[in-house]
Amino acid sequence: METLSVSKKVIPITNYQIPKKIQIENLNLKIGKKHILKDISVSVPKNKITVILGPSGCGKTTLLKSMNRLTDMYPDMEVTGKICIDDEDILHSGTDVTNIRKRMGLLSQRPYPLPMSIYKNIAYGLKISGRRKKRFLEKRIRHYLIQASLWDEVKDRLREPASSLSIGQQQRLCLARGLAVDPDIILADEPTSALDPISSQEIEKKFLELKNGYTIVMVTHVLRQAARIADYVIFMYLGEVIEQGPAYEFFNNPKTEITRAYLRGSIN
Amino acid sequence: MKGIILSRKIKNKLNATWMTIWTVFIFFIPLLLTAGLILKSSILLKDHSFFNLVTSSIWKPLSGEFGFLPFIISSLLVTVLALLIAGPVCLLSAIHLTQYANRYILQIMQPVIDILAGLPSVIYGVWGIIIIVPFISEKIAPLFGIQTSGYTIISGALVLSVMIIPFILNILLDIFNAIPKELQEASLSLGASQWYTIKFVLIKKAFPGVVSAMGLGLSRAFGETIAVLMVVGNVASIPKGIFQPGYPLPALIANNYGEMLSIPLYDSALMLAALFLLILVIAFNLISRLLIIRYEKRFA
Repeated sequence: METLSVSKKVIPITNYQIPKKIQIENLNLKIGKKHILKDISVSVPKNKITVILGPSGCGKTTLLKSMNRLTDMYPDMEVTGKICIDDEDILHSGTDVTNIRKRMGLLSQRPYPLPMSIYKNIAYGLKISGRRKKRFLEKRIRHYLIQASLWDEVKDRLREPASSLSIGQQQRLCLARGLAVDPDIILADEPTSALDPISSQEIEKKFLELKNGYTIVMVTHVLRQAARIADYVIFMYLGEVIEQGPAYEFFNNPKTEITRAYLRGSIN
Repeated sequence: MKGIILSRKIKNKLNATWMTIWTVFIFFIPLLLTAGLILKSSILLKDHSFFNLVTSSIWKPLSGEFGFLPFIISSLLVTVLALLIAGPVCLLSAIHLTQYANRYILQIMQPVIDILAGLPSVIYGVWGIIIIVPFISEKIAPLFGIQTSGYTIISGALVLSVMIIPFILNILLDIFNAIPKELQEASLSLGASQWYTIKFVLIKKAFPGVVSAMGLGLSRAFGETIAVLMVVGNVASIPKGIFQPGYPLPALIANNYGEMLSIPLYDSALMLAALFLLILVIAFNLISRLLIIRYEKRFA
């Protein structure tokens, strides 16, 4: 059996008393007769990196997208259950869905820069929030580009189209763009799957820095990546949550046979 | 074994050669067409100056006077008006069908659009005569205090706009469907509303495609002959308004090719009309191309 080393301090499961940021209860999602998410109940600890692991097609991305109600885009999706963020049920709350989304930055599998300049990509979210003063925008844009470690590479070409950047730079731009709406959660859907190893490393490094201020939920199917950065793991298989818990526990002491098989590499 | 390989090589070579030949052939069709038109119309251009032909509005083939201005202006008026009517309609319904509408509505609409696109143009012409012409003459023109038979520029434009709607709409649907969902998700996740996303992301992303769809629609409208000819009035003078009759270039050619050999230089003049048509269509294509290239330099 292949062993994966986890270079983290051991957190005994009983002492895992970190405040919860997202609490999902009995979440079911169907498209017609297809049952995509089956009775999901998970919790995501605050200011940690939670990784959703599982083979392709098991509903990881759908679970992630239901957290900021991007599932609304698909009218034939039927969502029931509870998704609480800071104890507010976002699935049934009367608050504007745009306000819910502003609290979460999203990174997708491939970077999708908006069809405008680098500058405007970041100004976009700020402008939606009603910030239009030029001096303010410039200061903030610089701040977020520095935070996403992109400033030095783009400071002289802010007016160029975002698509002129390399893929790795684009992904960091998307990160900066997401941070600019001042969220407290970052949702990332296999954010490194289209990137070269060095750009991937930069994103991972960034996440480890950012977790002090943000709750990060990341979908991946790369076991090693999960082992490198996860504090907490949610393992899914065929639309169900099989196991969840601290990363150390998950990798070194898996509780179910499916998890053990997955860690061995015999499910994929 | 060697024989098989050799025969494969020969087949491969042969097929590749055929494909190249047909590709080259297609490439040469527009050149051949243009060459033929230039050759034929050059007879008229020998003793009439090009400038005169384009700017004169006197059309008296029997006395050898060929002023193309009324036809060029009629053509431009009818097509541009048709696009002004059809363009916004197509854009809005394409956005509705791809962004807001239920999947089933698109499933119902798609065959409707395809049927509209496939109808022979003479049907549109007859419909124009029965519905549009009286509608213009009895309902619309009186609103402006104008008396008209109804055979006018605006009637031609209306019929034409209905004809190009399915054509433009189909292209626009493809364009909007080709925009990745993730781009919308990115915008929505930043707190944008759906309308804001459509306005600042989708339309921006689709812009080059929208321009080329409109350009193609314009080119198509420009060449449409029979349906326009049936409702536009066919009077060879410069129309002074949209409630006046007009005489577009394709109608001129279609109405007169029968007698073109009985009047000296008439055939050459009609060929020149065809050449104008070709040049204008090429010009539309170039302009929309340029717009797209300029846009892509700035954003894409």
